[in-house]
Amino acid sequence: MAQAQSQSAFFNQLKKYYTFYTGGFVAFVILLAILEQMGVPNKILGYIFLFATIGLYAGIGIMSKTADVSEYYVAGRRVPALFNGMATGADWMSAASFIGMAGTLYLTGYDGLAFVMGWTGGYCLVALFLAPYLRKFGQFTIPDFLGARYGGNIPRTIGVVAAIICSFTYVIAQIYGVGIITSRFTGLEFGVGVFVGLGGILVCSFLGGMKAVTWTQVAQYIILIVAYMIPVVWLSVKHTGNPVPQVAYGYALQKVTEREKVLNDASTPDGAREAEVRAIFKQRQEAAEARLNGLKEGGAVYLVAEKQKVEQKLADLKAAPTPDAKAIEDAEKAVKDFPADEKTAKAAWEKTAKGAKAKAGPIKAHAEAFPGKDEKARDVARRNFLALVLCLMVGTAALPHILMRYYTTPSVKEARKSVFWSLFFIFLLYFTAPALAVLVKFEVYNNLVGTSFAQLPAWVSNWAAVDKTLMAITDMNKDGLIQLAEITIGGDLIVLATPEIAGLPYVISGLVAAGGLAAALSTADGLLLTIANALSHDVYYKMIDPNAPTTRRLVVSKVLLLVVAVIAAYVTSLKPGNILFLVGAAFSLAASGFFPALVMGVFWKRANKLGAIMGMLGGLGVCMYYMVITYDFFGINAPLWWDIKPIAAGVFGIPAGFIGVILGSLLTPAPGKEVQELVDHVRYPNLEGDIKTEAA
Amino acid sequence: MQLTERHKEYWGKNLRVTSILLAIWFVVTYVFSYFAREMNEITFLGFPLGFYFGAQGSLIIYVLIIWFYARYMNKLDQEYGVHEGEEE
Repeated sequence: MAQAQSQSAFFNQLKKYYTFYTGGFVAFVILLAILEQMGVPNKILGYIFLFATIGLYAGIGIMSKTADVSEYYVAGRRVPALFNGMATGADWMSAASFIGMAGTLYLTGYDGLAFVMGWTGGYCLVALFLAPYLRKFGQFTIPDFLGARYGGNIPRTIGVVAAIICSFTYVIAQIYGVGIITSRFTGLEFGVGVFVGLGGILVCSFLGGMKAVTWTQVAQYIILIVAYMIPVVWLSVKHTGNPVPQVAYGYALQKVTEREKVLNDASTPDGAREAEVRAIFKQRQEAAEARLNGLKEGGAVYLVAEKQKVEQKLADLKAAPTPDAKAIEDAEKAVKDFPADEKTAKAAWEKTAKGAKAKAGPIKAHAEAFPGKDEKARDVARRNFLALVLCLMVGTAALPHILMRYYTTPSVKEARKSVFWSLFFIFLLYFTAPALAVLVKFEVYNNLVGTSFAQLPAWVSNWAAVDKTLMAITDMNKDGLIQLAEITIGGDLIVLATPEIAGLPYVISGLVAAGGLAAALSTADGLLLTIANALSHDVYYKMIDPNAPTTRRLVVSKVLLLVVAVIAAYVTSLKPGNILFLVGAAFSLAASGFFPALVMGVFWKRANKLGAIMGMLGGLGVCMYYMVITYDFFGINAPLWWDIKPIAAGVFGIPAGFIGVILGSLLTPAPGKEVQELVDHVRYPNLEGDIKTEAA
Repeated sequence: MQLTERHKEYWGKNLRVTSILLAIWFVVTYVFSYFAREMNEITFLGFPLGFYFGAQGSLIIYVLIIWFYARYMNKLDQEYGVHEGEEE
């Protein structure tokens, strides 16, 4: 790709390549479908999908290898708006969006929409406050802007630290997703899956930096959107006869709402059976709570007494004149699983009580906003919903791996258009996810509930056999029929099982897995590159050795990329819990740390160095402080402020950041003339006699 | 480098359109969500209105906000002569 080539010829060439590529991919899927019909086993198909797609990404990575600094850091600044939009879409949509989102919506109904709104509406802030200005500034990283605008190494260093903290927490969640998907679809072990995926990430970004990552992400976007849409469209046709699920699910939602009323009404036959099962859960909850109480008062003595009771029960059952084999088996299991000490006993019984309590109550209406038992509870739910939306939106507009993508367009004009394309491509998936959640709920409420255990649909028995955390089903009241309260569904099931629910062949399941993998890999690529660039460009080149030759800069960058990737994979293979909280925390931290200093840097000329330092440290400080004192992992469990949950800590961090910037700036003199000129420079796409900040 | 009155007018117009779009964003996101329970009483295209806005309506408006801003600003650049050359 010669530099002399005009931008429009380049655009046409890209269009041709990617059209060809999409056709090739469709042909590949059709070929696999034919192989499946010929009797190739599913496991082999899974392997072909895994290695073919990773090989494809590696191929693009190798073709895009580069030794040019500008190509390595910002893809040569010639990515057209449309393609940057697709790349941003893939960069943005992680394993959590692809696999988790519809499941969250299935489980939480309206409340889950906080994620849908938060992760799209944030792009309005990107478009209005950041993308065009950062593009005009035109260097390589986000700390670059902080360093130039506020002067000195302190704002830059804080920026580097903040970028690394939020990107690292986020990248762990991605690599985790890669491990889960590869192990599920190929039978490889989780740890092996992590490293296979890591290989896929590295071959791509290692040789070609941002250039390779960009062109791979476009390819990954195409796979992930095709993989998401096919099963949903099929399911929609099956249930409603309408191939546009986003329009059709209004009807399905009405049916779901009618069913919810029936199932919650004990005077109907279906509702009465539900009530029966709920009563059993209520008993379990009370039994577990009684044990917890006993443990609190009796301690170790109580634990021993309880254990004897369980053993006695087993002995009684065995001694009965007609031994009940099933009951004996259950009792043996109860003896075997009996907690060994007080601490595990407390944890296990609390879990039982909580799980049973969730099943003991009536089902929550899918479309109901902010449910609660009284006005106060509803008010708290609403407050948390709005706070979470704010954190996710502002966090979106502050995550460095996303903002960095707008450095890669050829002009300010293209950067503005590119935010539009980004949101458009993200929107395609995000407005489909709520439809998928409702369509699956429709299937479960109408077709699964009420059928007999003797005739379980194939997808239910298959998934129940594979993974109990995703699908568990037991006949609690022994009536031989399925009640809703007897089904336990894990959120990730929704997307993974949709092809089977819709009655599609296995090849589509493989496609969905490939889509999930594309989503996780593309996000991980962008994040790893952000971390490595912050270290190599901001720390090494800008602060340690500003005279380093180009070749050495690239070598340092690549070595760091490798090191960071291996550390991230290692941390992931330890399986740290609470992935969802980590993701939420990354957003709150980015929102509090970056957003105020970045936006004020463009819109308020008076903002200066002390303001930036106070704003960033203040925002991060308040946000972290609130998480530490309230999140139960840290064990302090201080009372909540206005009942806001720790995941939305950014709602306190963001204002603290703005106050910090304003106070710090007013306490010290206004910034000098060069800074004023820099601000004018970023505000106007083109000025006569303008200064130049763009790094080549 | 000295900014002319026209430059200042350009920036003023940018701030105005930014504030208007931000206000729309705010209303759609926070005011509509705040009243989601009340809005759910109304049915729109077969959906409860509050749910519809959370799941679809607000997203469509976000896309339109960004589309409008890009179009408006790219035109404004031309009008005030601060646009970039076609090829960098």
